[in-house]
Amino acid sequence: MAEAHPVGFQWVMEAKARGATIIHVDPRFSRTSAMANLHVPIRAGADIAFVGGLINYVLQNEKYFHEYVRAYTNAPVILTEDFADTEDLGGLFSGFDPEHRSYDWETWRYQGDEHIAPASGARGMHPRHRREVQEAARGEAHGSGGAAAHPAPDSDETLQHPRCVFQVLKRHFARYTPETVAQVAGVPEELFTQVARLITENSGRERTTAFVYSLGWTQHTVGVQYIRTAAILQALLGNMGRPGGGILALRGHASIQGSTDIPTLFDLLPGYLPMPFAHHGRDNDLDSYVEAEKVDKGFWANTRDYMVSLLKAYWGDAATADNDFCFDYLPRLTGSHSTYDTVLLQMDGTCKGYFLFGQNPAVGSANARMQRMGMANLDWLVVRDLVLIESATWWKNGPEIETGEMRTEDIKTEVFFMPAAAHTEKSGSFTNTQRMLQWHHTAVDPAGDARSDLWFSYHLGRRIREKLAGSADDMDRPILDLTWGYPTGGAQQEPDADAVLAEVNGRDADGKPLSSYTQLSSDGSTACGCWIYCGVRAGGVNQADRRKPGREQNWVANEWGWAWPANRRVLYNRASADPDGQPWSKRKALVWWDAEAGKWTGHDIPDFVADRPPSYRPPEDAVGVAAISGIDPFIMQADGKAWLFTPAGLVDGPLPTHYEPQESPLPNLLYRQQHNPIRQIIAHPEDRFQPSGDQPGSEVFPYVTTTYRLTEHHTAGGMSRFLPYLSELQPEFFCEVSPELAAERGLEHMGWATIITARSAIEARVMVTRRMTPLQAGGRTLHQIGLPWHWGPNGYTTGDAANELAHMSLDPNVHIQEVKALACDIRPGRRPRGPALRDLVREYQERAGITADTGTEL
Amino acid sequence: MSTRWSDRLAEEADPARPLDPAALAGYADHPARMGFFTDTSVCIGCKACEVACKEWNAVPEDGLLLTGMSYDNTVGLGASTWRHVAFIEQIAARPEEQSGPATGDASRWLMSSDVCKHCTHAACLDVCPTGALMRTEFGTVVVQPDVCNGCGYCIPACPFGVIDRREEDGRAWKCTLCYDRLSGGLEPACAKACPTESIQFGPVDELRERAQQRVSDLQDAGVAGAQLYLDQPDDGIGGGGAFFLLLDRPEVYGLPPDPVVTTRDLPRMWRHVATAGAALAVGALLASIGRRSGGGA
Repeated sequence: MAEAHPVGFQWVMEAKARGATIIHVDPRFSRTSAMANLHVPIRAGADIAFVGGLINYVLQNEKYFHEYVRAYTNAPVILTEDFADTEDLGGLFSGFDPEHRSYDWETWRYQGDEHIAPASGARGMHPRHRREVQEAARGEAHGSGGAAAHPAPDSDETLQHPRCVFQVLKRHFARYTPETVAQVAGVPEELFTQVARLITENSGRERTTAFVYSLGWTQHTVGVQYIRTAAILQALLGNMGRPGGGILALRGHASIQGSTDIPTLFDLLPGYLPMPFAHHGRDNDLDSYVEAEKVDKGFWANTRDYMVSLLKAYWGDAATADNDFCFDYLPRLTGSHSTYDTVLLQMDGTCKGYFLFGQNPAVGSANARMQRMGMANLDWLVVRDLVLIESATWWKNGPEIETGEMRTEDIKTEVFFMPAAAHTEKSGSFTNTQRMLQWHHTAVDPAGDARSDLWFSYHLGRRIREKLAGSADDMDRPILDLTWGYPTGGAQQEPDADAVLAEVNGRDADGKPLSSYTQLSSDGSTACGCWIYCGVRAGGVNQADRRKPGREQNWVANEWGWAWPANRRVLYNRASADPDGQPWSKRKALVWWDAEAGKWTGHDIPDFVADRPPSYRPPEDAVGVAAISGIDPFIMQADGKAWLFTPAGLVDGPLPTHYEPQESPLPNLLYRQQHNPIRQIIAHPEDRFQPSGDQPGSEVFPYVTTTYRLTEHHTAGGMSRFLPYLSELQPEFFCEVSPELAAERGLEHMGWATIITARSAIEARVMVTRRMTPLQAGGRTLHQIGLPWHWGPNGYTTGDAANELAHMSLDPNVHIQEVKALACDIRPGRRPRGPALRDLVREYQERAGITADTGTEL
Repeated sequence: MSTRWSDRLAEEADPARPLDPAALAGYADHPARMGFFTDTSVCIGCKACEVACKEWNAVPEDGLLLTGMSYDNTVGLGASTWRHVAFIEQIAARPEEQSGPATGDASRWLMSSDVCKHCTHAACLDVCPTGALMRTEFGTVVVQPDVCNGCGYCIPACPFGVIDRREEDGRAWKCTLCYDRLSGGLEPACAKACPTESIQFGPVDELRERAQQRVSDLQDAGVAGAQLYLDQPDDGIGGGGAFFLLLDRPEVYGLPPDPVVTTRDLPRMWRHVATAGAALAVGALLASIGRRSGGGA
């Protein structure tokens, strides 16, 4: 965190100054480790084993927060008889379909035939179950408007029933013993036990422990399950929704949270509403979309309100009840349009054009080579950035020009470079990892032709609308009917960002700003560009622009910026109070029930129905928000509880399971099943995989390599490698190796090394440092190589891109690449130039016996 | 203006009396002496200080060189580096490396932002022949670039090797303690940028009190090697306007353990010269008298 979020890290230092213990778990000893009380070197790719080990420790030693677990998690719920765990099936769960490489979640259900929907809404359900719910819901919708009774699932409050979630959890993690953790993760038993003691002693009524993670956890073929493991642990320890507790997901850059809230993701609409699909006979109209996506209980029950309000924001007066509020204007998904799938579509000619807004895939995306090959097959490419990044110049100076595989004169792609304004040259918001929006104002107008993304999008849309004006073609209506009347001003005709924020916030039928998403309606009287942001301009005031100093507020400081939803700073903070509505301890009070006033109150804005007493139990036929009981803190879950076991929502298992990364020198010591069986594999001649574990040829790539950041540079280098002041701080691409590995491979400090995988080979200067530690794992010494991934051929400081080495085997839930745990070889000296580079890679592929099938097995 | 000889002599008489450099320089009415307390125990090595300083003062980039000295590619203070973060890896021997108690890991990575010390007794100031180097009303030492003639006398004078000449330009440059910002009531750029308050700016006597408390807290907590450097007025430079809390001996950070203002011995040296000269003159006189009064003829 000190490396990638140095300014945010001041709060960790503040906590440390007040006596907090800081534990840093990371393959390398970084600047964060330097400030931590304890550094735990770990094998990259083994965190589920490590955190699973902590879960096992908590369960075996009864260190969980009993009352919290009983009241606020699904620990007591009994699962269907047909459920079989990885303990029974050698690392698989019941319902596995090897032919389709998918799980049928039928056997993951709660007992009693309940098809429960996950927090992501019904779209997260298995297609088969979704249809059943849909049909059932239709029946209900035609009735009185209320849902059929869904009785509460069978449960055992004593947590003893062999099929209750608690016991299933216990059994699932029983093999994650300290000895096993040592073998799998390379963390010595004593060190592991020390961590376990520290966190359990610091959790419970009086104390809370927080987890902070970033891309070291997400960028794996089991990335989502990594997060799940931490969520289970924190729920068992009673740390969720409590001050000083929780799990803080640090993100990769300044406003990427905003980029998922008002998304640049292909499968989401603003506020995490799903994009509709073209197929399956669903999403044909607004009704079927809403019925397919909404759930009966909790805030997703109001999906229709959010959706209609969004459509009104998009199409204004053109959207009426008669035309389904222009629902049909929305584009439809025809499959996965994730960035890696898109590369394949570029390579086969389906995708002909590409916009890159502040994105540098030629350096920053996995298998950088394929990224460039995809772009070389486009008709046109528009790159908007502050500087000429590699994704704008690969056609003349990319690695394929050097190897001779591409010739500039043969590349037909028409590349447009549009200079972009920096954040100081435009107004707008940043949304940080705490879901907090902070407004910033233009300090100076952009120079020359540089323009903001808002200017570009607005004027591009304006010009297209002008060209289409008067068209009688139905296909042009979605663009012509858009609300596009944003005021512009200044010499550059910059659109008013605050006006856009007002549209995002939403307004009622009289045009007055809304203040809460509970005001949203599906009768067309409200418009709202993003339901979770409703309230950011409450009262017509830009709440994100507030900067009341912390010293003038309580410690929660709600009046600095604005956080969604409804300015709540700690999500699920109902869980900071016990079932009676009183804080678990005075010391850790956050929100509580004020019986006299008949509402929740506290230091933070309560993340709960304001006037719902703790004693409220919904009637059996209750739906929507009314179905949330007084002891359901996790209000986005259909049952209001933290899910230790996930019956729905994740495609690769209801419980996290240690699988080895796509490429690993070690076999899976915990199960027969080596890899995540559901991982998304993008196989392509340019994306060959290596053998792993005990497979022949695995020894050709005996080292683990992991990518990470340095404080001095930023992501793919567009904002740092072109600046002298930052470039001189870290002026060359280097790899970090231990003295032991250097001795083994003949590497010299400040010499050169070549790192090779089945995709490519790169060169780096060598930094021999004792901060890299060899680990004892899998009965052998395992070496890890650190690779900062910031470099490319352009700018003040240039070098090879670490992402040349990476493959496209992805997490199946969210399609993220696995760049945190790769297997490689390293040898001294610079890499070959020209065609000899590809010869070297081919030589390695042959030596390892790599074919089109290697690594693609289940 | 430099400290006057008479005051140097007075100080030698009472080493514990802190000097007021601004007063000695002739400011009748001046604000409190301002300076830095750099608490390296909370430095996260982010180098925001290096960048903020260069941005504010338009200091040029001074070399893209991968040094291999841990994460320190800046190497040292100079004409175009006025904040320099040092990195010292002290990684414990394997395999006991991680078996320490929670309050003290055996492995350390020391990080420290170095800066001009704005010495109480500033040799650079003493030797400057043009008066380009001056003492400000804040007690800081500043080079006036429009006066400096690039003679370079100041460079060997500094016991820390801080000040240097810019090759392209010929003049001597160093940290100004953001004199322009201080004049506007603002804190220096490095202090403002530092996210963990490793660099603390304020009145020097306040900083000294704070530093005493901090080092005492660290020592009580068993933090090995916690010590203050250049905070005391009785050291060889009369104490620094910028002083440090280190976690090891100064040499470990590349700092001189016992710096002395290089002009300290000049009065004594001139006295010796005067004595020798006088003795020589007396001897010559005696010899010439002896020759006249007898012996020979």
